[in-house]
Order: sequence, then structure tokens, then C-alpha cells
Amino acid sequence: MADGAPHTEAREYEQRDSIAKHPLLPLVARGVDFGINGQRIIDDVSFWIGSSGRTVILGPNGAGKSVMLRLCHGLLKPTRGEIRWGDMSVADAREQQAMTSQKPVMLRRTGNDNLLHVLRVKGVPLGERQALVDAALEQAGLTDLGGRAARDLSGGQQQRLAIARAFVLKPKVLLLDEPTANLDPAAVRGVEELIGAIGAAGTKILMTTHDIAQAKRLAADVMFLNQGRLLEHAPAMEFFSSPKDPEAARFLAGELPA
Amino acid sequence: MMLCILMRTGLRTHETIWGHRRPCDRFSNMNESSSAIGTALSMIATLDADLFEIVLLSLQVSLGAVAIASVIALPLGALIALQRFPGRRAVVILLNAMMGLPPVVVGLMVYVLLSRAGPLGSMGLLFTPTAMVIAQSIIVLPIIAALSRQTIADLHEEYGEYLRSLGCTPMQSIATLLWDGRFRLLTAIMAGFGRAIAEVGAVIIVGGNIQHSTRVMTTTIALETSKGNLALALGLGVMLLTLALSINAAALVISDTARRRYG
Repeated sequence: MADGAPHTEAREYEQRDSIAKHPLLPLVARGVDFGINGQRIIDDVSFWIGSSGRTVILGPNGAGKSVMLRLCHGLLKPTRGEIRWGDMSVADAREQQAMTSQKPVMLRRTGNDNLLHVLRVKGVPLGERQALVDAALEQAGLTDLGGRAARDLSGGQQQRLAIARAFVLKPKVLLLDEPTANLDPAAVRGVEELIGAIGAAGTKILMTTHDIAQAKRLAADVMFLNQGRLLEHAPAMEFFSSPKDPEAARFLAGELPA
Repeated sequence: MMLCILMRTGLRTHETIWGHRRPCDRFSNMNESSSAIGTALSMIATLDADLFEIVLLSLQVSLGAVAIASVIALPLGALIALQRFPGRRAVVILLNAMMGLPPVVVGLMVYVLLSRAGPLGSMGLLFTPTAMVIAQSIIVLPIIAALSRQTIADLHEEYGEYLRSLGCTPMQSIATLLWDGRFRLLTAIMAGFGRAIAEVGAVIIVGGNIQHSTRVMTTTIALETSKGNLALALGLGVMLLTLALSINAAALVISDTARRRYG
């Protein structure tokens, strides 16, 4: 099952349709290994993602989800195998992507200046910057908090600010690493609504979570990762109603890994 | 009272160093010592022209040296913190070791460079404030570079992934880290300033302690003490202490307030 679920003809069609709209798709991984200090963290993972819906990498802690996300973003290099975004290498594709971390990196500046930093680095003309920042802050529901020091914001606000900052230039792909870990339910709702809005606007979202309920709420397709191996890749409906992999079934049933 | 004790111990060591004179003889009882302090304080209170000329030059030289050193040392520290290159570890160790450069030796090296026969002799800089700025810059540069390298390395630990994800060039990364570390870097700069304003060895060699020209607080204190002119020496001592403490306190307050504001 390492190469994911077989593609039905109908799905291929649907996916080809969205490829036309999305220059970075399909995202293809072939035989990807990643190890560090002799320990194998990602083990022979292959997949093909063609749809521009939200893809959720699901799995228990330590499954290698964050590493997989970083491999896709090019922050880590596979020890073996290859990942490609459309006809682009990972390094080239990164310019049209943005990523957020589980613990958001908050620059020691105001929220507003955190967003401006991205625009300055990317060389957006001075006159256009503040309008983009205002729009992004508004979308994230942070308009009133833009003047506050970013590191004084609550966990949920920080995560929303990080997503707003990642999305301020409307990247083609947004990679989110455990965006709601350690947040209370109200904050989770705020972050998920923001992710939903961004996904609905046509940005491909690839995110990790260990939260089954969240995956159910957000995923169009699910990749189930366990101990560095991709055990199942299927549309969310299919995956949650009848998981084919026994490990995935146990995980969904709430059993603790043996 | 504390000053008296300081003075007395100071005088004893002084006697051993400058054994040919015995300023203690001129300064044997409490009355005279308190009158010296009184004179010192009144010189400060009345803005004595000589005293303030000296204080001003001290500040100009040391602040100038710190400014020049910072311009080089901050980006240098950041560069060493960020870049991976062969021999990097050796450079870091060397830089840290150079924090302890003996000012007298630096003074001597700059003296040799700037003296008539030296490679830069034709510039005629020896015994000018410029020479003193050069010497102090050299002393202070490794201090600021080594401390800022550590600060930037710590910050990069946190920011590194974000900066890489964003596709920052090394220059953009360094600029971001220096800006966000600015209040912590102030501490590194203050450490450099503290060292510069307090050192005697280098400025006395390359400056020559010439009246109305290259006389700074530390060199004057050394000279006036040896001459037995304790009032001026003490006045300067009080000024030096006050300046060093208040500038450091101000820097601390600024960086503390800012850290509370920006986290």
C-alpha cells in the first residue's frame, strides 16, 4: 500500500481538471526516504496528489508528519527518492508556497510588522504593502490586534497571525504543521475557519494533524502516516467510513498504538 | 566613606607602582582626604572647564570606537552565527578568546603601525584622538562580535525555519535577526562601551595623554594621582563611575522595557 490508493478513472479526471487551474499540482513523491543519524524517519513514501482540496496528513505523534511536510516544502532533503510539484522541483516551487509551524515563529514586532516583513522580503512595492496587510489581518480577524506585540497575543491569535502572514501574498500552496495543537476549542474553531476560507479561495492546503475530528472536519483527502510509512491515502469519506489499512482502522477506533 | 577606603587602597598600590613619589605624604589625614573629595565635587558642580574637556573627549573617543566597532562587529557576529564554513569553530573560539585582548598590547601594536617609521606613519595619526579611537575599536570589536554572535545564534535557532521557508537571502536574514535582536544586542554594545571607557593601557600609549588634546578620564586619573593631585583625579573618578553606571543603567532600562513590549 506504500504508493497510496489506486486511482480510479473518475478521480483522475477530476484531478486533471484541477491541475489545469493549479500550476504546482500534482504533488508527486516517489520512494522517499528520510533518515537522520541512521534512524529512518520517513520510509519509502510515494504518493500522488492532484486535487486542489485540503489534504490532511494524519497520524499519531512521532509518525513523521512534520518531517513529511518539511520534505514537501524543501526545508529537508530526502535521503532517497524524489518529490516534485507539477513540473517544478521542490526548491523552485517553494517560492510559491508558505509554511507555518506548530509553534508559530513570531517576530519580535507588532502583528502588523510581522506581515510587513514578508512583503519587504518579497520585494512588494512600498505603496502596496499596508493594504495587503490590512486585508490579511481582517481575514484572520486580527484587525484590532495588529498594533500589539505579536508575542503577547494568545496561542490561537498567534497561530491565526502566522497563517495570515503565510497567506498575505496568496501563495499557491499553504503548508500547515499542526496548526491547532495545544489550542482550546474556541481557538481551534477560529483557526479552522481561517483555513477553510483560504482553502475555499483556491489555495492548495497540505496540513498535518493528529486530531481525527479535525481531519474529519477539514480533509478532502487523508494520508495516514505511521512510523514513517504511508499506510493509506484516500478521499476523506472513504478513509473515515472504511479504512483499508488495519493500523489506520485501529487509530480511528481510538486504540493506542501497540 | 567608601571613597576614602577606595582611595587609601588605591594609594597604597599606587605607591608600589610609582615608588619614586610618595603622594601619601601629602595626604595623610582624614581632613585632607575629605577636602579632596569636596574639591572634586565642587569641580563637578561648577562644571570645571578642564574636567569637562576631559570627560567630553573620553566620551567622544569611546563612543566613536564603539560606533565603529559595532558597524563591523554586529554584521560580522551575525554572519559567523549563520554561515557554515570550514574552520568556523576555530573562528568562534578565536573570537571569544580575543575578548580578552590586553589593551596595552593593542596599544603597542597600534603605536607601531602609526609611528613615523610604521606602515601608516605618513598619516600622522599617532598621539591624536583618532589613534585612540582606532586602538579602542580594536579592543572592543571582538567583544561586540562574540557577544552578538551568541545572541544572533540563539535567535536564529528560533527564526531559522521561517526565514528559510520565506526564501530570505543571507543579507535579509541577517537584517531581520539584527533588527529583532536589537535590544539584546544593546547589551553587547554596552559591554564594549564599558570596556572602552574604562581602559587606560591603549589610549595612554597611542594618545600620549597630552593636555587639551588627548587627555581622557582614565589617563588623567593615572597622571594626576601620580602627581598627587587627588582632587582632579577623584573628580574624574566620580565622573567615570557615574557615567559608566548611568549609561549601562539606561541601556538596561531601554532593553528591558522593549523586551516587555515585544517579548
